[in-house]
Amino acid sequence: MEKFSKLLSSAIPLIQENVDTDQIIPARFLKATSREGFGEHLFKDWRFDEYGEPKSNFILNDSEYSGSILVAGENFGCGSSREHAAWALVDYGFRAVISSYFADIFKGNALNNGLLPVQVSSNTLRELLAVVQLDPMTLLEIDLEAQLLRVNKIGIQEHFEINTYKKTCLLNGYDDIDFLMSQIDKVSAFERKYIEF
Amino acid sequence: MGKTLFEKVWNNHIVDKVEGGQEILFIDRHFIHEVTSPQAFDGIRKRGIGLYDKNRIVATADHNVPTKDQHLPIKDELSRLQVDMLTYNCKEFDIELYGLGHKNQGIVHVIGPELGITKPGMTIVCGDSHTSTHGAFGAVAFGIGTSQVEQVMASQCLLVQRPKTMRIIIDGELGKGIYSKDIILYIISKLSTSGGTGHFVEYAGSAIQSLSMEARMTICNMSIEMGARGGMIAPDETTFEYIKGRVYAPSGEQWKDAVNYWSTLYSDKDAVFNKEYVFKAEDIEPMITYGTNPGMGMGITQHIPTTQEVERPDNLLQSLNYMGFNPGESLLNTPIDHVFIGSCTNSRIDDLRIVADFVRGKKKADNVQAIIVPGSKQVEAQAKAEGLHDILFEAGFELRGPGCSACLGMNEDKIPKMEYCVSTSNRNYEGRQGPGARTLLVSPLTAAVIAVKGKVVDPRKYLNQETFV
Repeated sequence: MEKFSKLLSSAIPLIQENVDTDQIIPARFLKATSREGFGEHLFKDWRFDEYGEPKSNFILNDSEYSGSILVAGENFGCGSSREHAAWALVDYGFRAVISSYFADIFKGNALNNGLLPVQVSSNTLRELLAVVQLDPMTLLEIDLEAQLLRVNKIGIQEHFEINTYKKTCLLNGYDDIDFLMSQIDKVSAFERKYIEF
Repeated sequence: MGKTLFEKVWNNHIVDKVEGGQEILFIDRHFIHEVTSPQAFDGIRKRGIGLYDKNRIVATADHNVPTKDQHLPIKDELSRLQVDMLTYNCKEFDIELYGLGHKNQGIVHVIGPELGITKPGMTIVCGDSHTSTHGAFGAVAFGIGTSQVEQVMASQCLLVQRPKTMRIIIDGELGKGIYSKDIILYIISKLSTSGGTGHFVEYAGSAIQSLSMEARMTICNMSIEMGARGGMIAPDETTFEYIKGRVYAPSGEQWKDAVNYWSTLYSDKDAVFNKEYVFKAEDIEPMITYGTNPGMGMGITQHIPTTQEVERPDNLLQSLNYMGFNPGESLLNTPIDHVFIGSCTNSRIDDLRIVADFVRGKKKADNVQAIIVPGSKQVEAQAKAEGLHDILFEAGFELRGPGCSACLGMNEDKIPKMEYCVSTSNRNYEGRQGPGARTLLVSPLTAAVIAVKGKVVDPRKYLNQETFV
């Protein structure tokens, strides 16, 4: 997993709420057996029409907007547990998603792939969406060590929560399996005492 | 202070607590399928580690398999590759596989319970969000991502944050023609698609206790559709009766010990939940969804909200624009193009019996294409043995082989653009059943009645004299 410490980038505003993982990557593109290449199909049916032509009204097709941060409406990533959604966002080039609410499974999948979910208040989200829409060059700064989101242009400095263990993993590029393998003796000890019916 | 059902089961599986409040949770059963496992097997190989315990893993092919001509090689090259990869991986790691054509093959959340693999008090995971289905037995069961599939393969554990607890009580008696699918669509319409996020739900109350195991599975199955981590129901005589005698059920002395333990799995009277909701069964009508997430549902005689009635009119309008509906309108008499009966929510034998009972001696409407996809080979065999296949065939339903099928449109079973599909599945997201497809979620009975009438109707007006319950 790639390390994450600080990120300074412009952002892409996706105002839709309740964006589900079927939109992030439709099921018909889940047939691959590796983790790579899913970015091509990110938001497929919002990005492209049935002939494969880009839809001009979708934000990822608007060349004014770019950056490695996605600012998305409330309850991002609901629905299917497909980790392909996180893979697709990372493969496309995103390193962080900011929203006022994340679905549980998506949040876990994002963290396991070096994609930082930054949860902010509804008010901050509204302000962020507005400023980024108005000025696509607005820079957002995410400091994981300090757990801070800064947008100097509008004077926002907001603290965000992250599990301390997950934070250590991201800062160092470790993953859960490295950790669990170091605890495997405890698992065996547990199992010896465990009664299963 | 007493403990909730969830806490009893969860606590029994804690290996250790770690920094930041995460816990190492031991996993009893791990179901895998072709779509979310290949990258996990790759990871295991790359790390040069083996499986912690192959005997705790059960595999089946369901998401991506064709539902026609299952005895022939899969035509779609990528699908075939994925299914072959599962076979290859299971062979290499010596994992029990119920592949295409096997008598136990089927949708992972249908076969687990029917084989008696799913039992009360277990922790169960699968790389699929509808793993919550198994909670109907009083198990802590939830969906995970592929990195976590790899974690469980490697360590038989998950590193997880303990969710909060929620109880949803449904008291009273359901009206005629109203089923557990209506209960869960009703709950989600009240709590919204994110109302359960961060929580593990226990469903309780007299209306829940009176349900069969299959009906309970339908409810727990859709817990994820309100964002909940999982859903569960305390095991009781109905649960024990269902499990008894199944392939992997305990027997003899072991059965007695198991039932003794399972009987301790309930929420203590003084247990405290982080959130609690109470609903009345009498308030629940046959439900139907009108929008593009499962929270956008209503009683079938109600009208779609107007823009004044919702917080975010822009979201409502975007959704209705996709669906081809207007704010404030009723869905009654809307012509329907497709009826899909299947998915891990409603493809079990009881569901097929409800449908067959209604359509017996009737014909589906000419404007409707109706397909039935049983949840497993065993459901298919049982339906044949009971003569349901003949009834359904004569009514004009197309009967397919088991799999996830048009619920998620990964295989060729897709609903064409802009066409309406009344479906017994669990998600009505944009494009879920195929690019541009418009999905309306309902119960199996409502789907059956609509298939016959060709348009949205209130099923209660057309009930048979002696409807199967």
